Amino acid sequence: MILLQVVVSGLLMGAVYALFSSGLTLIWGMMNVVNFAHGDFVMLAMYAAFYAFTLWHLGPIFFVPGAAALLFVLGVVVYLGLVRHVARGPMLAQILGTFGLALVLRYSAFWAFSANFVSLPENLVGGTIDISGIRIEASKLLGGAVALVITLGMHLVLTRTMLGSRVLAVAEDRNAAMLMGIRPDRMQALAWGVGAATTGIAGALIALFFYISPTVGESLSLIAFVVVCLGGFGSVPGALVAGLAIGVIQALSAYLIGAVYQDVLVYSLFLAVLWVRPQGLLGKL
Amino acid sequence: MTGAMGSMLSVKNLMVRYGDLVGVADVSLEVPKGSVVALLGSNGAGKTTTLNAIAGLVPPAGGSITLNGQPITGQPAFAIVRRGLALSPEGWRLFVQQSVEQNLRLGATVLSDRRREPALLDKVFTLFPRLAERRRQRAGTLSGGERQMLATGRALMSDPSLLMLDEPSLGLAPAVVESMYETLVRLRHAGLTLLLAEQSVELALEVSDYAYVLQTGRTVLEGEAAKLADDPHVQRIYLGLETGAGVDPAGS
Repeated sequence: MILLQVVVSGLLMGAVYALFSSGLTLIWGMMNVVNFAHGDFVMLAMYAAFYAFTLWHLGPIFFVPGAAALLFVLGVVVYLGLVRHVARGPMLAQILGTFGLALVLRYSAFWAFSANFVSLPENLVGGTIDISGIRIEASKLLGGAVALVITLGMHLVLTRTMLGSRVLAVAEDRNAAMLMGIRPDRMQALAWGVGAATTGIAGALIALFFYISPTVGESLSLIAFVVVCLGGFGSVPGALVAGLAIGVIQALSAYLIGAVYQDVLVYSLFLAVLWVRPQGLLGKL
Repeated sequence: MTGAMGSMLSVKNLMVRYGDLVGVADVSLEVPKGSVVALLGSNGAGKTTTLNAIAGLVPPAGGSITLNGQPITGQPAFAIVRRGLALSPEGWRLFVQQSVEQNLRLGATVLSDRRREPALLDKVFTLFPRLAERRRQRAGTLSGGERQMLATGRALMSDPSLLMLDEPSLGLAPAVVESMYETLVRLRHAGLTLLLAEQSVELALEVSDYAYVLQTGRTVLEGEAAKLADDPHVQRIYLGLETGAGVDPAGS
């Protein structure tokens, strides 16, 4: 029974990992640009949630969509103002471009929000739910459920709608997409906006049960990169599978061998999978 | 030669540079409405660069391009296709991760009235029944001939008034090439204006009214297709055709 409890908790956490990784994988899949500021996007969303609650007493119903909207705008601005320009340069410029952005965001956060750890009240989303003996924190259930819906929704939009088809067309062949009459900059700005917005939703949900600090993005983005590599770069379903897997493995190893070893196990498995399938679980070569 | 007044497309002294390299030095051509014009020349003569510059994929370094009397020089490709000029590019450039039908529907992006899409899709499927059979398949699984059909069909989905095809016969089996060219003739009779870049000279001259010969990025010769076809000088010098044992095709 306890084992089941552990697996369920792992799945819920894994769904949130999947959500904040899908934004990264979407942006990579669109432009072959790695957004090193991804974790700092999560951090900004967490602060947005925190201040929406502490200053205006807004609950998750307001601050989750609010963080999504804020991060959508940030994503579009970052694409149009920075990425579009550095993408024309050498690979190193692209890497350092978003890395520089990460540093600016992180240290601006120190300046604006101070280095103190803050957090939202623990029972902001109603306590614990008991489903036939399995206890689930409501905040994690909400986070996991929203993450699943949004990750699946994003996958459906990409594969089942004309808009998604155009976004993927630009990712596959920018010039051929232009011959179709598609404006690549618009599609890529949109992808950055949507990628950042899902990251914003993830950040606001994580803030329900995780401490907030200017450097919180660093540790979270490490997981995001592992999820994206493991799932396959550019694959939203891959991010979902990998996110859930990492969540469960972390939870199980913490329970069975101890929390100290959970990350050793996760990263060892990660290396082992890449050794066998360098393109990731659902990635294409 | 038809004057610029009756031309649908008019290219004057086009020049394209890739950095320090000159891709096209000096190309001029006219495509009258309702005609089929061929752009001939060996590999590397500048045919693809010329078509790509007309379509807006590469910016011209000099010269002018006008479509229906409107200047389009230097406009981006997504703006030019909206004016009714479509290109089926070199190497097809299909969206291989997406289905045949999605590729075709992407071709219809520029339609202002989306309700016209099903009728155009039907038209393409009538021209290329093979694509209808394969509509749910990923484009990456198609054979070479089917890829050429899809690239052509996708370009037709924008309902262009002028269609440019880059090497529609390249790498295809003779039977496939023949049916492709039959389709082009049908399109022409349906009122479409065509500009073809071809290495396969005999075939291109058979279907076209007028032809230009490119050599190292310049238009070096032009004339009515029927006359060029009978000109042995043209065939040997400019087109690299084997007209006898004395010509070494590898040396061209």
